[in-house]
Amino acid sequence: MLEYQVLIVEDSPTMRQLISFALKRLRGIRITEANDGVDGLKKLSAEKFDLIFTDINMPIMDGLKLVSLIRNDADYKDTPIVVITTEGAQEDRERALALGASDYITKPIQPNRILDVARTLLNIA
Amino acid sequence: MSIEEDKGVFNRGEEFLQVFKKGAEFTQELLKDNERLRYRVLQLEGSQHVPGEYAEPSEENIRLLQRIEELEREKEEILSRIRQVEAENQDFAARYVDIETENNNLANLYIASYQLHSTLDFKEVLQIITEIIINLIGAEEFAIMLLDEKTNELQAVATEGVRREEMPRIDFGSGIIGQVAETGENFFVADVASYSRDLQEPMVCIPLKIKEHVIGVLVIYKLLVQKTAFAAVDYELFTLLAGHAATAVFSSRLYSDSERKLSTIQGFLDLLTK
Repeated sequence: MLEYQVLIVEDSPTMRQLISFALKRLRGIRITEANDGVDGLKKLSAEKFDLIFTDINMPIMDGLKLVSLIRNDADYKDTPIVVITTEGAQEDRERALALGASDYITKPIQPNRILDVARTLLNIA
Repeated sequence: MSIEEDKGVFNRGEEFLQVFKKGAEFTQELLKDNERLRYRVLQLEGSQHVPGEYAEPSEENIRLLQRIEELEREKEEILSRIRQVEAENQDFAARYVDIETENNNLANLYIASYQLHSTLDFKEVLQIITEIIINLIGAEEFAIMLLDEKTNELQAVATEGVRREEMPRIDFGSGIIGQVAETGENFFVADVASYSRDLQEPMVCIPLKIKEHVIGVLVIYKLLVQKTAFAAVDYELFTLLAGHAATAVFSSRLYSDSERKLSTIQGFLDLLTK
């Protein structure tokens, strides 16, 4: 059975747990969590991921910088990235999409939306 | 009889035989034509049968008609069963959606509860309450107010979207916030959509209470743009927050105080023993 590696980069433990909880409903998903952009980059260099969720507002390194760095990495130029934003932060969302993010989810997070996005980007039926 | 006469008789016999053979062939042709025409007549009768005109059904037809009736009945039964199965499927689909919603709600409640009790650090507890309100409830402007039992005032200890200095101090029992603290009853404005921010009169006010003892309140002034109303799970989250956030705040505050006292005592002891 195929196993998909998913990275969640999010400074809020509540959000990390929420996303992780939703994704665990999909079979064959292995989740790795990172506290911020720098931690995320460390995890990305340690192993290969199939899908990345990242918050935009994070300390140390924000999500936009992370998206930009990931897209400039040859190993991750085609890996889907989902940014987590608030509905009001349209500018951030547009910047993230322009930098190469594949999709976005808005707060408050709906588990079904996380599942739909993951299924679509990982091509899981 | 002479030979000549014999030849004449033979020739006439031959001629007669030829005529007889032709007659037989002609008769055969006529019989075939007759059969073909009868078949054609039957075909035409069948195709030009007038409804309502009585036609004696053959045994085969009767048997076929009975079989058709049986098959019609079977078809009806199968259609009825399909309709029943479709109805059951719809019911299952609706139940699946309900269960999934319930599952999501329970997951949210579990996460909120798990996070609230994951630390004894007072600041972290306030941060977790803030995250729950933003990420699970979907509020943009709110404050966590705790009751100062010495002054009997409610003061903001954490805010989001509102500056802490802006938040008024509220006397216990005074105004909507004070009354919620006094009565321990939740407050929700009647119409979320038409609400305009008033720091004294919030959109939502939830008491943070341990059993019947209120230690503070949670006040919400604005929801996230996409959130136009509260869902059923929000009320459950508010109820959970009212209880679990209160115990988490209370125990972390006690722990922080005791840690501070312990540190002070340790400092004195070190001073005395050195």
